[in-house]
Amino acid sequence: MSKDPRVVKEELIQIYPKKLRQKRSEQIVVTEHREDGSVPEIKANVRSSPGIITQRGCTYAGCKGVVIGPSRDILSIVHGPVGCSFYAWLTRRNQTRPATESDQNFITYCLTTDMQEENIVFGGEKKLKAAVKEAFALFHPKAIAIFSTCPVGLIGDDVHAVAREMKAELGINVFGFSCEGYRGVSQSAGHHIANNGVFKHIIGNNETQHEEKFKVNLLGEYNIGGDGFVLEELLARCGIKQIATFSGNSTYDTMANAHTADLNIVMCHRSINYVAEMMEKRFGIPWMKVNFIGAHSSAKSLRRIAEYFEDEALKARVEEVIAEEMAVVEATRSVVESRCKGKTAMLFVGGSRAHHYQDLFKDMGMKTIAAGYEFGHRDDYEGRNVLPGLKVDADSKNIEEIEVVPDPERYRARRTPEQIAKLEAMTEMEFRGYIGMMPEMEKDILVIDDLSHHETERLLEIYKPDIFCAGIKEKFGVQKMGIPCKQLHSYDYGGPYAGFRGAINFYKDIDRMVNIKIWSHVTPPWGQQVKEQAEVAAD
Amino acid sequence: MGRRSIAIYGKGGIGKSTTTQNTVAALAEMGKKIMVVGCDPKADSTRLLLGGLVQKTVLDTLRDEGDEVVLEDVMRPGFGGTHCTESGGPEPGVGCAGRGIITSINLLEQLGAYEADLDYVFYDVLGDVVCGGFAMPMREGKAQEIYIVCSGEMMAMYAANNISKGIVKFAQAGGVRLGGIICNSRKVDNELEMITEFARLLGTQLIHFVPRDNDVQRAEINRKTVIEWRPDCPQADEYRALAKAIDNNKLFVIPTPLEIETLEKLLIDFGLVDGVAPGTEVVA
Repeated sequence: MSKDPRVVKEELIQIYPKKLRQKRSEQIVVTEHREDGSVPEIKANVRSSPGIITQRGCTYAGCKGVVIGPSRDILSIVHGPVGCSFYAWLTRRNQTRPATESDQNFITYCLTTDMQEENIVFGGEKKLKAAVKEAFALFHPKAIAIFSTCPVGLIGDDVHAVAREMKAELGINVFGFSCEGYRGVSQSAGHHIANNGVFKHIIGNNETQHEEKFKVNLLGEYNIGGDGFVLEELLARCGIKQIATFSGNSTYDTMANAHTADLNIVMCHRSINYVAEMMEKRFGIPWMKVNFIGAHSSAKSLRRIAEYFEDEALKARVEEVIAEEMAVVEATRSVVESRCKGKTAMLFVGGSRAHHYQDLFKDMGMKTIAAGYEFGHRDDYEGRNVLPGLKVDADSKNIEEIEVVPDPERYRARRTPEQIAKLEAMTEMEFRGYIGMMPEMEKDILVIDDLSHHETERLLEIYKPDIFCAGIKEKFGVQKMGIPCKQLHSYDYGGPYAGFRGAINFYKDIDRMVNIKIWSHVTPPWGQQVKEQAEVAAD
Repeated sequence: MGRRSIAIYGKGGIGKSTTTQNTVAALAEMGKKIMVVGCDPKADSTRLLLGGLVQKTVLDTLRDEGDEVVLEDVMRPGFGGTHCTESGGPEPGVGCAGRGIITSINLLEQLGAYEADLDYVFYDVLGDVVCGGFAMPMREGKAQEIYIVCSGEMMAMYAANNISKGIVKFAQAGGVRLGGIICNSRKVDNELEMITEFARLLGTQLIHFVPRDNDVQRAEINRKTVIEWRPDCPQADEYRALAKAIDNNKLFVIPTPLEIETLEKLLIDFGLVDGVAPGTEVVA
């Protein structure tokens, strides 16, 4: 079988019925290096086709599980059947570290209205109110978030009315999310809904002022495996004050205070770019994309932040930190590279991770030979410059677009348009921009949106990569084919992988996974006969 | 013939509950053993049989008693030994009434309500088949026969036609059939002729034409069916005729719903529009 990506593309889709074949052929592209710098158009953020066994999650998962859940002192109540809550229970994925033992931390709890048939028939609002009151009496949280699951939308329970009533009655912030699982084509819709809620109900509620010179918010960092801890420490060492993180290791008060920062730095573009956009319009805080996955990417991101603040002392401090960190990283990296160089990886995960983690593999001399997102949009693949031309379909219209105007009292343009233009001209910085995955990839690589199970199997058979990166749903199917699978949603409970220290962990973990001999020593029962025949032939 | 399960559908306000209860009363008078399952959240399908007694619905009981429900809690004896149950449901604008009907019928089955020696089970279903729950009596063979209550008013016929479409869907999957159209007269011009023709086009029959008579209202004020309130009045005989027709009915069909144009033409042909002579042309 040819490994030419264009031939492989045809091979992947030839088994499909005609209509699906057409659709998938638009969702699978091969990277090119064009003269004008443009990249091929990919179809993304469209409905998954029945039967393909998608990697995707639901809208509720994106809202509750990804964006709001990692915050530790917002009490999350799931309005719905118990399973929806149980399976979104954040047990080990998102870490958090309360300042003291008496500080509130609700991450380890799982609260739900446990809707029964009776609540479906007669409506669940009363039960929801009772749940909110009970939760308040037990925990006295600063804020309660209510998440709607599918049946809530079907029977029309008004969670927002309940939230308003409870807010007035209890005197704390209570807000609801209409994030029913079916509401979008993937978890991406839930991110947008969560962003709207965070912006409407949280940001701007805390007016604490900070004296520090360099104040940033870190957006789209969920502290999986402790990534957020590494970055907090790194920024602090550079002398950069982190006001809020959205939303790893965060608290309600820090997020409510986010409008006092002077720069928003965005890690996961897909899940949080709406907040960044809305904060710039209302408060005048510019945002820029960063990537702290990979040692070189981390260094580049730190330098960009320093450039933004145009402060020589900060720039010098950042260089010192980078130099110190790089020396430590290099000791491990060079050893690992000697064992991993030339090995291949595939990444099918997330809406940013499949891009970011290519940098880590590059650090190790490994090549990404296929990549794609579960729930990315065209701008995550092709860059934000495609945004003006994006078709708004019925699925996107389903989600509220908030009209944002400058806050009459609190809007303060942190940089003038002239300053921004000057910075962009002088440095590699781009504000409100994201280059996307494809422009940073080598040419002739397969990029596949919403990868199907069939395509996964064929890719593995044809290319036999040294490692495949995805999530828990793919992990064991892939490993049964004799290829190690690294989870990049949960890190297989390893990590952290962000920043310089995290990079070292990743090099070591991947080194161990791709160089371990177990896969080549194991002959499965179905391979036994083939092996015996081969031995006979050899004799 | 074994037990017959009958569902009565029709536009809201057409008189389904009144027609059902009067027909059931007439059948009871004939010595038939009958259970009535009200499938309307308003829970007014058995009021006339129970002499105005407001009975606790299946769903309310289930909510209050939990798993402790016994059949006697949700079933009351009504006129002529009829077994009366009301599914009940949420107040308007809340929850899911359709799911309520599914829950309720399942519970009645669990409690053995259907095990009694019954000749008939009647399901009286709310206005239109708005969602899957209201189709419950048609699904899984719960009702084998459907009668649609209709009048010569356009929206009533329109609803009847829509219900027929639902029957087609379930007839293909299960055994449900249309037994006929019951015309509950609104004294529309040429009503008898028009509904006879409408029924024919649907592939069924006008099983009985129930004239409009204020005795029905008088009986209702007294919380009774006409059969019970004034057994010798002419309207009581109309319901007896309907009951007999249903009891003797042998014509069970998968209906052939009309295209909207055909339905409108029917109304024009039967003289609802000025300038068209009544009954001059019959739709082929």
